[in-house]
Amino acid sequence: MNDDGSFAPVVAGSALGAGAPAPATPKNVAHRGGAPNESGEALRQQFAGAVRRVDVVWGETTVVVDPTRVHDVIRWLHDDPAQRYDYLSDVTAVEFRDLEQPIEVVWHLRSLPFRRFLRVKAQIERGAALEVPSVWDIYKGADWLERECYDMFGIRFVGHPDLRRLLMWEQYAEGFPLRKDFPLRGRFSRSEQLRQALAANPEARYSKEELSIADAFEDLPADMRRRLTTGERTGE
Amino acid sequence: MGLSPRPDSRLVETTSNEPWITTKLDAFVNWGRKNSLWPMPFGTACCAIEFMATAASKYDLARFGMERQAFSPRQADLLICAGRVPFKLAPVLRRIWQQMPQPKWCISMGACASTGGMFDNYAVVQGIDSIIPVDVYVPGCPPRPEGLLYGILMLQRKVANERSGDKSLRNEMEPDPDTQLYIPPSVIDEVSEPFGNSIHQTRSGL
Repeated sequence: MNDDGSFAPVVAGSALGAGAPAPATPKNVAHRGGAPNESGEALRQQFAGAVRRVDVVWGETTVVVDPTRVHDVIRWLHDDPAQRYDYLSDVTAVEFRDLEQPIEVVWHLRSLPFRRFLRVKAQIERGAALEVPSVWDIYKGADWLERECYDMFGIRFVGHPDLRRLLMWEQYAEGFPLRKDFPLRGRFSRSEQLRQALAANPEARYSKEELSIADAFEDLPADMRRRLTTGERTGE
Repeated sequence: MGLSPRPDSRLVETTSNEPWITTKLDAFVNWGRKNSLWPMPFGTACCAIEFMATAASKYDLARFGMERQAFSPRQADLLICAGRVPFKLAPVLRRIWQQMPQPKWCISMGACASTGGMFDNYAVVQGIDSIIPVDVYVPGCPPRPEGLLYGILMLQRKVANERSGDKSLRNEMEPDPDTQLYIPPSVIDEVSEPFGNSIHQTRSGL
């Protein structure tokens, strides 16, 4: 959606020009090594201090950047006319079994006009606060991706407007399930887990705004307005 | 034993030629109930796909009086829980069960709903019988439609053998107000051990 409300479809490969070769599955790709894509080189020049490493794994470019500069880097990748990474396909994290290894937060970016894929990683050293900047102001789709990542790994995305658990319920008190120190069956006994789960109100996972119907009252259908004014309730 | 008419034999007076039978009230009511169950599928996983196959034309659940699938718990009397139930869904399943009017029955379809199955992890309820009472467990991962039909026929036999004199049949199982559990926590912990539910159910001695 453009600013004036008009809708412009995104055409994959539209920025490559008429003479660009048709997309094809690459063959005989090496596991490691090879030339990084254009974005990798451009990032090295644009953010010389922030880009720590540019790897190529299975032909895909991975850029390891300074955790504090992630937002700047992704903002530039999104806005720069030679990059145009307009699609954030995933935000996730990796914790390694080797406790010396840092925890990595991973952003998967895709540039539809240039048919380009880029993986941005930020490594958070052990002992440091698990915080990275949120990219919600760049990609609205980051909302639930970051909430899931926070839910499973406990990584705080600074600047996210509504950082709550997504998969587990909000009162979930056992920790962050995908962390390596989390036991497979959880920390509590089965009866305690069941007690806590049953104590949760099924509606309690919505935010106040999601449950509040007052703001949308005038937009509701007439019969629904009438039922609500007579005090009819749903659920509890 | 004399052949004199029973004192209440005049209760039935046949004034017309309409046919009539005598039977036990239980047998008559249960016959009606077992052949007109309204199932509500609570499908959360691959078992629900098998349930759909069971309801579709080849296996045709309607042959057993289940023409009408209920998608509201308020108009259902058979809950078929097909698939794994995560802890986040536990209060939802409990409330759906409480919303169903009596008489009501429950089939736990598949390994996951019955025992947690292979999902012995932090997120999955180890058997829905720790949330709601279950009448028939259908094993399988997922059970084939024949398996589910066999379970349904078993439930129909159970319905046919109910006695209205047994008032406890229709009792709602009220959970403990403090813990919301209706089974003692120690029992839940015991059957939720790794492979706990299956070991405790089969008593195979192995």
